[in-house]
Amino acid sequence: MTDVSMNSGAMDEIRQIFEAECYDGLNVIETGLLALKAGDNNLETVNDIFRGAHSIKGGAATFGYTDIADFTHVIETLLDKVRSDELSVSPDLVKCFLESVDCLRSMVECMGGGEYDEIETQRVKKELEAWMSEGPAAEAAAEVVSAAEQTSVSDTQVWDISFIPNKDYLQTGNQPQHIFRALAELGEVSLTPDFASFPDFCNINPEELHISWQIELKANVTQEEIINEFDWVENECKIEVTARGATEEQDETVAPVAATVEPTRQVAMADNKPAVRKEANSIRVEIEKIDKLLNLVGEMVINQSMLNQFSSSNRNDRATGVSTELDNGLAILERTTRELQEAVMNIRMLPVSTTFNRFPRLVYDLSSKLGKSVELTIAGESTELDKTVLETIADPLSHLIRNSLDHGIESPERRLAVGKPETGTISLSASHEGGSVIIRVSDDGGGLNSERILSKAIERGLVSNSDRLSKQQIDNLIFQPGFSTAEVVTEVSGRGVGMDVVRRNIEEIGGRVEVHSEQGKGSTFQITLPLTLAVLDGQLVQVGEQIFVVPLLSIVETVQVDKAKLNVISGNEVVYRLRGDVLPVVDMRSVFNIKGEKALESFENKQLVIVDIDRNQIGLIVDGLLDQHQVVIKSLETNYVKMPGVLGATILGDGTVSLILDVTTFGGPLLMGKENRVEH
Amino acid sequence: MSEEKNTTGELKQYLTFVLDDEEYGVPILSVRGIQGWQKTTPIPNSPDYVMGIINLRGEVVPIIDLRKRFKLETIPYSTNTVVIVVKLEQGSEEKTVGLVVDAVADVHDINSDEMRETPEFGSDISNEFVKSLGLIDEKMVIILDINQLIDWRRLSDGEHEDMDAAMSVSEESAEPEAPAAA
Repeated sequence: MTDVSMNSGAMDEIRQIFEAECYDGLNVIETGLLALKAGDNNLETVNDIFRGAHSIKGGAATFGYTDIADFTHVIETLLDKVRSDELSVSPDLVKCFLESVDCLRSMVECMGGGEYDEIETQRVKKELEAWMSEGPAAEAAAEVVSAAEQTSVSDTQVWDISFIPNKDYLQTGNQPQHIFRALAELGEVSLTPDFASFPDFCNINPEELHISWQIELKANVTQEEIINEFDWVENECKIEVTARGATEEQDETVAPVAATVEPTRQVAMADNKPAVRKEANSIRVEIEKIDKLLNLVGEMVINQSMLNQFSSSNRNDRATGVSTELDNGLAILERTTRELQEAVMNIRMLPVSTTFNRFPRLVYDLSSKLGKSVELTIAGESTELDKTVLETIADPLSHLIRNSLDHGIESPERRLAVGKPETGTISLSASHEGGSVIIRVSDDGGGLNSERILSKAIERGLVSNSDRLSKQQIDNLIFQPGFSTAEVVTEVSGRGVGMDVVRRNIEEIGGRVEVHSEQGKGSTFQITLPLTLAVLDGQLVQVGEQIFVVPLLSIVETVQVDKAKLNVISGNEVVYRLRGDVLPVVDMRSVFNIKGEKALESFENKQLVIVDIDRNQIGLIVDGLLDQHQVVIKSLETNYVKMPGVLGATILGDGTVSLILDVTTFGGPLLMGKENRVEH
Repeated sequence: MSEEKNTTGELKQYLTFVLDDEEYGVPILSVRGIQGWQKTTPIPNSPDYVMGIINLRGEVVPIIDLRKRFKLETIPYSTNTVVIVVKLEQGSEEKTVGLVVDAVADVHDINSDEMRETPEFGSDISNEFVKSLGLIDEKMVIILDINQLIDWRRLSDGEHEDMDAAMSVSEESAEPEAPAAA
């Protein structure tokens, strides 16, 4: 469980995603700009660039990179002018934009650490702002230069600071840029580096700092204020601060701006290197390529186990020496193949925390906005899910959380009035259940008002008056497309639009969503997600000549059928008595129309696989239990259709295909009609 | 194959195969491969013409017996029995399906000028599967509309258990049955 504050590891993950998104955005902008260079104000291209910039700005603001957000904002404003034809595209403008892209890129590169060149960034920003006032490039440039060259013409005080860092300055985790930036906040800064103490090339220790600086600061500040800026590093450097005028002979340090900027930039570039290396640590690969890889590895695993089978069945025909060698080789091959398969599979899997970690912030922001006191608890964030699935559920999840916050949790006063703690709780959890991943969003708020939902649904013609629905069925009507807006929803949950969209999004990836609610106590939205590509531990069972895979996670236990414990209720429902419990029994032969004896008597000595469905247990009659295997789930839908009761298919060690059972559907109508078929 | 090169129509290649002494063709661009018959894993509660699924290089692919689909007399699978793996379109999706046929025949170029509309009682098989009839010299090839081979909607409606119902419906659409023209 984590509370609202995020840990740094999680933040790191989010930052990486954002970083990748930024690079995408930057590429879009760059491509667009290069297309614009031709000189046409193609609206679509400008829009593309605009969108790219906008998404970077939005992301940067969300993650607190205000410098990036501010910078992008300037770009965006200027783009808006281009879009509204207030500004025509010229090569100079494009150049300026491209420079700004470079600045932005180095800012993004430095997100994880490292320093970008602030001076260059400020220059480009000023140039952008100059364009904003419709100034042509020449004027803008002139403005920039004049701005930079505004020496002590104004009556601001000029300070000369001599800053000589110790050699081990960098090793203490300090960076001279911090100081420069801090000073820049006081006033205008110009730097003159001094390389005098720089050693011969062969003696350079890259971890040591051999440069010192003469800093010229134009600011109306006291000497004390300047020295304060060096507070952090007073033991790591020598500083001398003198007011200009008192030491006029130091005039030669006021070098032209252009010359001073250059060396600083080099230092900044050198500092950038770690950040650049970091970027190379991850690459973005098309999912298709990974899938192809996964398929090939799957094939390899099958071939490998075929080799194994062949080897063991021919063991007697071989000379002992050859036999041992071959067996050893195959054992190693087997291990390597398994590891390879796991590694490849792992590429697609991400912990749900990558999505969950956005929500503490959402809850924090929204609850303060709504004047509610809400605590978010998160559990099971290390549960892994396929990347595609994870990405798809982000939006529905945030919608559900918003709903819970907005409409589920009551106001603090109301909560106190009904005897609940003032602080509401929303809990978000993920877990594996029966071969699926279940994500639950629960709140301890007011719950759904079933009566109003029902009357609304009848009014909308979604159900008829004569339908007899359980509370559960009524509550789930909120996912119906026609059930929207109006007062019921504000009262209940959701802004109307959305609940059906939530359901559609989830169903698109083969999942399902349902709500359990108790009026006055709260609601739980339960999302069941398939493990499209995940591995699944399966129990292989034999039914007739066929082999099926039952997800191991849903199996509670297996017992040998004792006919004396079988009973038939009301003529056709078979139950099994197990330690005082009475379980409904389902004959797999009947469910899947498999040839063979179906009479009750034939159940004797067969195996009863007891599975858990939503905390209810049912027993499946199978002919026999085989191995347990980790299997890769292959979609049956890709080339066929979704089958009730079937989660997917998998390829067994001998290369044949086997169906994976979706026991979670076994409690439903699939079986209800079937049980009647059991012959007595 | 065809000599009418001076015609204006479009020339397309078709892979032809034999089924109960008739020659059928499918567009060669939709063919993904040809392979021998291998044991399938039956899919419970599916129509009888769906023989089951196989592992095709890591992909799960359903196998359709065309004789059963066309309600022809079934014959035991032999060494000649082959599976033609084709790509079908289902809406915007592409599905890979294997078709069990008696034997592969040939690859023909057929000009669209040589295509004939399907007469009402062209063949034993239901018209819904036939796109057109192609004439090659004196021979006639039945060009299949492979996208119609599987009634996806019926399959996904979940009425799987009732195979007989599924069959009787396709019988309806096959009406009126007529003697083979060949």
